Amino acid sequence: MLLLGAEAIAQGAIDAGLSGVYAYPGTPSTEITTYIQNSKEAVQKGIRSSWSTNEKTAYEAAIGMSFTGKRSMVCMKHVGLNVAADAFINSAVTGVNGGLILVVADDPSMHSSQNEQDSRFFGKFAMIPVIEPSTQQEAYDAVRYGFEISEKYKTPVMMRIPTRLSHSRSGIVRKEPMAQNPVKLPDDPVQFMLLPAYSRIKYHRLVELQQEFENESEKSALNSLEINNPEGKGVIAFGIGYNYLMENIAGLQSEYNILKISQYPMPRKKVEELFKNSSKVLVLEEGYPIYEELLRGYLNDGNTFPIDGKLNGVVVREGELTPDNVAVSLSLKKSTVQSIDEIVKGRPPQLCQGCSHRDTFDALNAALADVEYHKVFADIGCYTLGALPPYNAVHTCVDMGASITMAKGAADAGFSPAVAVIGDSTFTHSGITGLLDAVNDHSPVTIIISDNSTTAMTGGQDSAGTGKMAEICIGVGVKPEHIRVIEPLAKNFEENVAILREEIAYNDVSVILSVRECIQTQLKRKKTEKKDEPLVKNCKHE
Amino acid sequence: MKKDIILAGVGGQGILSIASVIDFAALSIGYHVKQAEVHGMSQRGGAVQSNLRISDSPIYSDLIPLSGADLIISVEPMESLRYIPYLNDGGWVITSKDCFKNIPNYPDEHELFSQIEKLPHSIAVEAEHLAREAGSAKASNIVMLGVAAPFLGISVEKLKEAIVSIFSEKGQKIIDINLKAFDAGLACSKK
Repeated sequence: MLLLGAEAIAQGAIDAGLSGVYAYPGTPSTEITTYIQNSKEAVQKGIRSSWSTNEKTAYEAAIGMSFTGKRSMVCMKHVGLNVAADAFINSAVTGVNGGLILVVADDPSMHSSQNEQDSRFFGKFAMIPVIEPSTQQEAYDAVRYGFEISEKYKTPVMMRIPTRLSHSRSGIVRKEPMAQNPVKLPDDPVQFMLLPAYSRIKYHRLVELQQEFENESEKSALNSLEINNPEGKGVIAFGIGYNYLMENIAGLQSEYNILKISQYPMPRKKVEELFKNSSKVLVLEEGYPIYEELLRGYLNDGNTFPIDGKLNGVVVREGELTPDNVAVSLSLKKSTVQSIDEIVKGRPPQLCQGCSHRDTFDALNAALADVEYHKVFADIGCYTLGALPPYNAVHTCVDMGASITMAKGAADAGFSPAVAVIGDSTFTHSGITGLLDAVNDHSPVTIIISDNSTTAMTGGQDSAGTGKMAEICIGVGVKPEHIRVIEPLAKNFEENVAILREEIAYNDVSVILSVRECIQTQLKRKKTEKKDEPLVKNCKHE
Repeated sequence: MKKDIILAGVGGQGILSIASVIDFAALSIGYHVKQAEVHGMSQRGGAVQSNLRISDSPIYSDLIPLSGADLIISVEPMESLRYIPYLNDGGWVITSKDCFKNIPNYPDEHELFSQIEKLPHSIAVEAEHLAREAGSAKASNIVMLGVAAPFLGISVEKLKEAIVSIFSEKGQKIIDINLKAFDAGLACSKK
């Protein structure tokens, strides 16, 4: 089977007795869950897989499934773990019952993200084992292994993958599928009760486990040490850093001592062995220089054991590793590279032709045209592209839900008009609580929910609040007469501008529901509907 | 046997359908395959590429190094030039001449085509036109696959078998259109 790294993890989980996956979509993690949703096998096995409202609800549900003794997996992108951090860190203290794997997909180089935070830091913070596979096959195998470790030590296990592994295909050899766990509640009746008196006991257990985790790393097949040249050059290659190393040193392998690490905590004995046998060690990490910093030591700064890496500029400090920048780190000569002709122009992503956000922005820009200095607080989704020409319609994008709360904060400071633009999925993910704050404070904000009835940016996943937006806003306390529904279409332009102006002028919380289905989702839906029609007709449309 | 191929286009043009045929054929021979793709934000009308690597020995990196690609297959002419730094010395650029103009500063077509002609090894074809002749404009990606076929290190028979398998669910008519499109592309390459 040729599978994306994300899909290999999904198949690995299906084959390892998974009972449920919980997730909120986020590039580059989305395909794990969509694969399970589309897998006939997973359906037959009754594996639970629909989308959660956000990463925190997903994580907590996964803990709940683990509580019953079943194996659960929870998937998110790196910034999603910020949202789920409370559940995540505390799950390390309670430990788990059925195996629990958190798959977190990092996005170094920020291909589709607002930062490139390194989730291994979170793994270390939670003091749990972290697996960072270097290949798709390793990812497949590591899911089964991760569940074993998880159940052996009653600990959640993090699997960290970067974009390049998640979104690259390779052949996968499957293992014999396993049955799901039966329901079996925890032996310890207060395992999941973090009252301080219990927490201290559980935290002590977690501290005690640290040595066990290191012992597992020491004997893990995911970590391997090759001493080829005592006194020669050494490299510690973490995760997919190993691939770029091997790509570059094909044929030169005998010159290098290589420690491949795909499981944390670091295997201390292997690290010591590498340093003992190497004149200098290059540290290749995909992400932050977390382990390089540790290896250098704060006061020692690599003086006892010479180290090259991100902190002395030998490895790129920002952005992802590539075969090319790793070649430079290894001081290997590369052939000359042809340059791009200036005839080639940039082609940034843009809103699709016919996208409902386009009409929403046209109306919003017109409604605010008279306001000399206006700024619109926006959020995360396709509509963030409204920041680019030709719209230049929105001016902030920080984190999920921040449009509403930032508009509120600015309004509190006297900024007017305070307008927020948020998508339907982002609103249910993290916007509702902010709206409640605004309602309670009678903040003069106008919130435009650009509702395309899907989670569009990640490929059109179900949106938790589809069809319930007005009810949610009423429930939170927005006055029904100030919840206005518009249909973003060119023919409604004048009317929409007028409605926007009225609500912007209102001195309390107002919500504009700008509702029209995402055209991509609409196309897909029509295609699926068409599938049921006779084939001949289908051909005519090809 | 080792081929490093960059597939180029604009988000939504479906470059991965070309990759899936090559993958299928390569796997049926027993080759190793790695294929890095772009998902997420760039898919919205932006420049997209896929790094496809085929080899009879294990492949380490998911990404092709600079000056490493044997072939650039592009379904859009300007996009074919974007990845030139990845092309090796004897490498070929194979592109469609169908311009996708979704940016205000899209270059002049004639200048663009003459730039492509200036490359030491390039083939540019009217893919959509040929696809229409074969029966459907949608088959233009398979026309491009046909043009690229002699450079892939995989036999024409294996590629055709892959087309038949991949389109089997869609019925004989679609298979025939795609086989015809493939042959039309292949004919361009032989000229």
